[in-house]
Amino acid sequence: MSQGQQDIPRWLDVGVVPLLNLAIALVAAGLVVALVGQSPTEVISALVKGALGTQRGLSYTLYYATTFTFTGLAVAVAFHAGLFNIGGEGQAMLGGLGAGLVALWLAPGLPGLAVLPLMVLGAAAFACVWALVPAYLQAYRGSHIVITTIMFNFLASSLMVYLLVNVLKPAGEMNVQSAIFAASAKMPGVHQVLGWVGIAWPSSPLNLSVLMALVAAVGVYLLLWKTRIGYQLRASGASQGAAVYAGITPQRQVLIAMGISGALAGMVAMNEVSGVHGKLLPDFVSGAGFTGIAVALMGRNHPVGIVMASLLFGMIFQGGAEVAFEVKDFTRDMVVMLQGFIVLFSGAMAYATAPLVARIYHRLRGNQHSNPPTLKAKEAAHG
Amino acid sequence: MDSALLLDIVASSLRLSTPLIFCALAGVLAERAGVIDIGLEGKMLFAAFAAGAVGVTTQSTTLAMAAALGVAIALSCLHGFACVTYHGNQVISGLAVNIIAAGLTVVLGIAWFKQGGQTPPVIDAVRLKAVTSIALLAHNVLVYVALALVGGVWWLLFRTRIGLRLRAVGENPAMVDAAGVSVNGIRYLALVGNGALCGLAGCYLVLAQNASFAPNMTAGRGFMALAAMIFGKWHPVGALWACLLFGFLDAVSIRLQGTKLPGIGEVPVEMIQALPYLLTVILLAGFIGKATAPKALGSPYTKSR
Repeated sequence: MSQGQQDIPRWLDVGVVPLLNLAIALVAAGLVVALVGQSPTEVISALVKGALGTQRGLSYTLYYATTFTFTGLAVAVAFHAGLFNIGGEGQAMLGGLGAGLVALWLAPGLPGLAVLPLMVLGAAAFACVWALVPAYLQAYRGSHIVITTIMFNFLASSLMVYLLVNVLKPAGEMNVQSAIFAASAKMPGVHQVLGWVGIAWPSSPLNLSVLMALVAAVGVYLLLWKTRIGYQLRASGASQGAAVYAGITPQRQVLIAMGISGALAGMVAMNEVSGVHGKLLPDFVSGAGFTGIAVALMGRNHPVGIVMASLLFGMIFQGGAEVAFEVKDFTRDMVVMLQGFIVLFSGAMAYATAPLVARIYHRLRGNQHSNPPTLKAKEAAHG
Repeated sequence: MDSALLLDIVASSLRLSTPLIFCALAGVLAERAGVIDIGLEGKMLFAAFAAGAVGVTTQSTTLAMAAALGVAIALSCLHGFACVTYHGNQVISGLAVNIIAAGLTVVLGIAWFKQGGQTPPVIDAVRLKAVTSIALLAHNVLVYVALALVGGVWWLLFRTRIGLRLRAVGENPAMVDAAGVSVNGIRYLALVGNGALCGLAGCYLVLAQNASFAPNMTAGRGFMALAAMIFGKWHPVGALWACLLFGFLDAVSIRLQGTKLPGIGEVPVEMIQALPYLLTVILLAGFIGKATAPKALGSPYTKSR
């Protein structure tokens, strides 16, 4: 959680180490691909082609990246306050509920310009409150936020199913889903907007939420590193004792960080519910909350890194879907597996590679008294 | 409510509790030694896959169970390698185990059996059968093993030297180190036991409760076991009661689906299913009793030089 690393230059720490971790994860996944009798090179080239080769593929990649940016930023904001928010999944679901209720209630009578901002507010408010409960319990009742947010994921999904089955499902509808929203609750697609200015672009789920994701990334950067709130938040994350000494109340920072984190996760609803489905579904988040953890780990909890990691994951998800068409017996589960390897090698094993890189660097530089870099490297590796 | 229905609910509660008991005991072992384990779900899932895959190919119960235990212990050791040896974040490592298991089991399942990730059904001769035909006691051997292991883990933790050291490692590792015992060694030992127990849970799912492996068949049971472990205040007997309660709620919610109770009306099934998680949150918040985690939980041990 500490910044920078004294033992190795910054370009190694933020550039080479994450790429090395990613490479190890890719090699591990490649071994599995080879083990089940497929060609890793064929899969990778089909994946890259599917993700970036066409305008449509590129749009899908950006659409997935939008969702992952929101959940990745959510994890990062909490992380800087020293909290591990594993509840992005549930918070995003509640965001969907908030946005959906606004849409069902107001969209029939109002134009999009009025409804969409209200949906953003609804999504943010519901998701924020859902994150504030575990935050309050952590700050004032001492229950561990990891456990509480895991429990809240299950509670959220039960709540969603209950509400959809018993309250929101229109009579006569067989599937577990809400009524279809009025047209004004639909976030305009990028192909529509480009169409208005005369550019032909293939239809895709990519919608204007992608701009919101960029704004959110810039906003998180400014908040964390350019405002007093962000400073206090990071201070209490880096050292509670020092924060108290500086007159910061860590309990309040827990609430602020989790509130912002939840609201960011809730924005997934704008991309998925408002931008694509146009109705409320019980499983629209489908693991994006957990992907957000992988994204934040890869992106070193920095907005720039998160946007880049989101693009990478967007490519993997979209490319993976395309490969499933082209390569026999290749499924999306391969993508889930790769995601797991990335969490393992850039998250859990991060302490294993950074000291290795440091050692090689110092060996090459011929430094004699650089050892032992391990302890500092261990602290810094988590960036 | 007639007695036949009551007996039926008791029996099915016990059956639904069994995988929870194995996993909750696994959690108790790891967390008492100071290692957070949110990877119970993934280990149980991978063990279930191993039991199914090996059970189908070799037609041997012993090999199927050995494979399940082996795979789960290997995943536990991976967890240990990342966060005991290399001081990685224990929550992230557990999460990685869960995600890898969710993806890799399906990938291998499709590659080997071509049934969308499912394994073909394990034949009856390989499956575990009820040990007796007396109605209330007609469970397979793993149900009894689970109950016996509650006593076993209790005895290990509170009546043996290893257990004392294990609990000490979870509370004050520096003290154990000063006494000349390897902190990481004890933690690995706890993780091996943890893996074996998760492996048994996986065996139960495929060789007793169902006949084949299906993608994501654990369906959150590993997390429910985690909740039960906390609800049982990190104590094997407490965890047993919590597992039985959660298993009972599960059995009741299946039974109550769509029925109307006199005076209450239709009970929303989702609410009963959410109750274990809700109760755990309330308990953790200190509103009913107080659950205190082992003191050194989550912190890797660095020997000071």
